[in-house]
Amino acid sequence: MDYTVNDQTINADEEGYITDISTWSIDLAGTIAETENIDMGDDHWEVVNFLRDYYEEYQIAPAVRVLTKAVKKSLGPEKGNSKYLYELFPYGPAKQACKIAGLPKPTGCV
Amino acid sequence: MEDFEDNEFDGPIKKFMYVNRKAPYGTVYALEGLEVVLITAAFDQDVCLVFVDDGVFQIKKDQETTGINMKNFSPTYRALEGYDVEKIYVEKESLESRGFSEDDLVIPVEILSSAEISELMDAQDVIVTF
Amino acid sequence: MALLHTVNKSPFERNVISDCLRLAKDGSAILLIEDGVYAALEGTSASDEITRRNGSIKFFALGPDIEARGLSEKSLIEGLTLVDYSGFVDLVEEYSSVQSWL
Repeated sequence: MDYTVNDQTINADEEGYITDISTWSIDLAGTIAETENIDMGDDHWEVVNFLRDYYEEYQIAPAVRVLTKAVKKSLGPEKGNSKYLYELFPYGPAKQACKIAGLPKPTGCV
Repeated sequence: MEDFEDNEFDGPIKKFMYVNRKAPYGTVYALEGLEVVLITAAFDQDVCLVFVDDGVFQIKKDQETTGINMKNFSPTYRALEGYDVEKIYVEKESLESRGFSEDDLVIPVEILSSAEISELMDAQDVIVTF
Repeated sequence: MALLHTVNKSPFERNVISDCLRLAKDGSAILLIEDGVYAALEGTSASDEITRRNGSIKFFALGPDIEARGLSEKSLIEGLTLVDYSGFVDLVEEYSSVQSWL
């Protein structure tokens, strides 16, 4: 399931995760978000950027429990909880937000 | 894995020990072992990690893998704390016979003697070695 | 003609480097690659064997494998030469044949 952004083809796996993280761009994130039916606002970007920073530091996409805890630590308890994150990304913050952020599927998600 | 509730697993808690014995890039054991630890960390068990023999090479500082075209997964060990894996031990004898000290490692660890590691192994319910 | 030996196993896990040293003649060369580069570390339980033959055998190690494993150049056995991939090719060309110790 590849994406086309600015006339360029970006390779992705059958679930829509891009295969090469270096091909990610803000425009691509917008395109992936559209296919996920997510209207990206500042709050969405905050989580996506958080995930990209997490990946940069640890080289993995965090499990949802770990993401929630890390968001809580860095952005506060009103954002670091499942309810808030699932409202932004209804099909799962780790799965959907990771996909938009260009990360691999979180380790431990089936 | 995507629990809506932030609930905790409430089954019996067992003591799990993961023993890392292999160097990081020559075989796939180290990376696979790390993934298993990250996956099972979600189940709220009493987990500890031990680095012995060539396993100590997994957490050597300053790894730079661009030249061999493989993923450098040494930064991922630093994520273990966020996964609540906080008991990490290194065998003193393995570290010293390779000419290393605690300062050469990417994560804070507790250094134990072979005898102390054996005692710890005896106290586990499950031991998985990679 | 002299042989180029390559060793790709950690000396702490398998005794391949010892086997290789036992059968390698003076004048030959040993190139450490992959996990074999751990044998290049100075001051380990495995380094004596190499330093004993250093000089009569030329020792090389593959630089990208050294860097990948976070080993610094100054922690390596003295007299050992680092080569890159094209240096590996040059060695293969220079010696009469290659013996890969697997």
